Amino acid sequence: MTENFPPVPIALTVNGRKQEARVEPRTLLVYFLRDELRLTGTHVGCDTTQCGACTILMNGRAVKSCTVLAAQANGAEVTTIEGLAHDGKLHPVQQGFYEKHGLQCGYCTPGMVMTAVHLLDTNPHPTEEEIRHALEGNLCRCTGYVNIIESIRWAAEKFGEKDVSR
Amino acid sequence: MFPASFGYFAPRSLDEALDLLVAHGENAKLLAGGHSLLPAMKLRLASPRYLIDIGQLPGLRGIKQDDATVVIGALTLHAEIAASPLVRRLLPGLAEAASVIGDLQVRNRGTIGGSVAHADPGADFPVILSALGASFVIQGRAGARIVGAGEFFVDFFTTALAHDEIVTEIRVPLPPTGSGTAYAKLPHPASGYVVVSAGALVVRESSGRCRSASVALGGIDNRPVRAEATETALAGVPLTAESIERAAASAAEGAHPMDDEYASAEYKRRVAVVYARRALEEAARRAAA
Repeated sequence: MTENFPPVPIALTVNGRKQEARVEPRTLLVYFLRDELRLTGTHVGCDTTQCGACTILMNGRAVKSCTVLAAQANGAEVTTIEGLAHDGKLHPVQQGFYEKHGLQCGYCTPGMVMTAVHLLDTNPHPTEEEIRHALEGNLCRCTGYVNIIESIRWAAEKFGEKDVSR
Repeated sequence: MFPASFGYFAPRSLDEALDLLVAHGENAKLLAGGHSLLPAMKLRLASPRYLIDIGQLPGLRGIKQDDATVVIGALTLHAEIAASPLVRRLLPGLAEAASVIGDLQVRNRGTIGGSVAHADPGADFPVILSALGASFVIQGRAGARIVGAGEFFVDFFTTALAHDEIVTEIRVPLPPTGSGTAYAKLPHPASGYVVVSAGALVVRESSGRCRSASVALGGIDNRPVRAEATETALAGVPLTAESIERAAASAAEGAHPMDDEYASAEYKRRVAVVYARRALEEAARRAAA
């Protein structure tokens, strides 16, 4: 019963590398990243725009890639969790999660980290309340969030405005 | 979960988008941020045959002041409205509403035009925009028309938009000097949608009397409803905690809330009174500041 509609040509930048592809219109960005580009660090949790495990940066903003068509990302700059560390050096937010034990099972962690990167880009010195408000779209079933918030505070305090920005 | 198959267009101009809407009629849906439409399509609650992606159309994104009106392009993100210094200074109630929609990632993709065109009875923008007396610029192939909030929101998920029209601008009249605006919301704890919310605009005279008040409520009817009895009760009286509480007591008069699995109609009525009072108190405080 599935009707074939023409594929959509897209060109985008993912973690600094140009990518070109032809995608079925209904392809979701998260599946394009995972299945086509094999960037499996971005997770699919709820698949219904609730949990935030699929959070990436699109043109510098944290978005849920399960709720973006790959076609909508045409021309965009995308950063996934794989694009944060440089030359073996963790991004300050990743380092914060390491230092403060901001994860247990790790499933939500890529999304948590990407949301935190966006938060610190726009608000380098957030209050605890601001961190909690920013994380409303990221669910964690293990940690109770306390160490996640500590991790983000660590990143903000340790590195400050200049280093956290990308 | 995947949406059903559809054909995809990314027009490069508003005219091209309007032509596509006319050509494909009711088989086509407009896509902007997609944060109402794509979830519905993934759940197969909606299966449009064609999507017309206007998300990257030029000229429809941004906030500016045009004399006594704040003009917001339809593609402006919730996050941009929440963070806009202009909106925060002149229409803090609108910034407040924008800042509590969904979550951070939703606010980074969702657009004000998409929110109002979707007209979810649990959405935030329709409520505060109704309180602020906003109007909507609607573009069709024959030209543009402007529709006020009272006529724009018609029913659950239904607006005055025809299938071949596009909302291009939201126009909010600047409240006069000595005014305050505010938005108060009881969110559903899981979904973040409105259980009950209230938007308020209070115009205060230097004497401390209320020249006029405007209150709109969300969650208690098929569209945002103005609390006319409350507005009438406040006009001309000194703005005090007591006068606001007395006026807010009639906020849910004339509304038709429905029971759902989270809240009964009676509960919503009672909570509407509380949130109307809170929004009015904050708007009055800002008006006096």
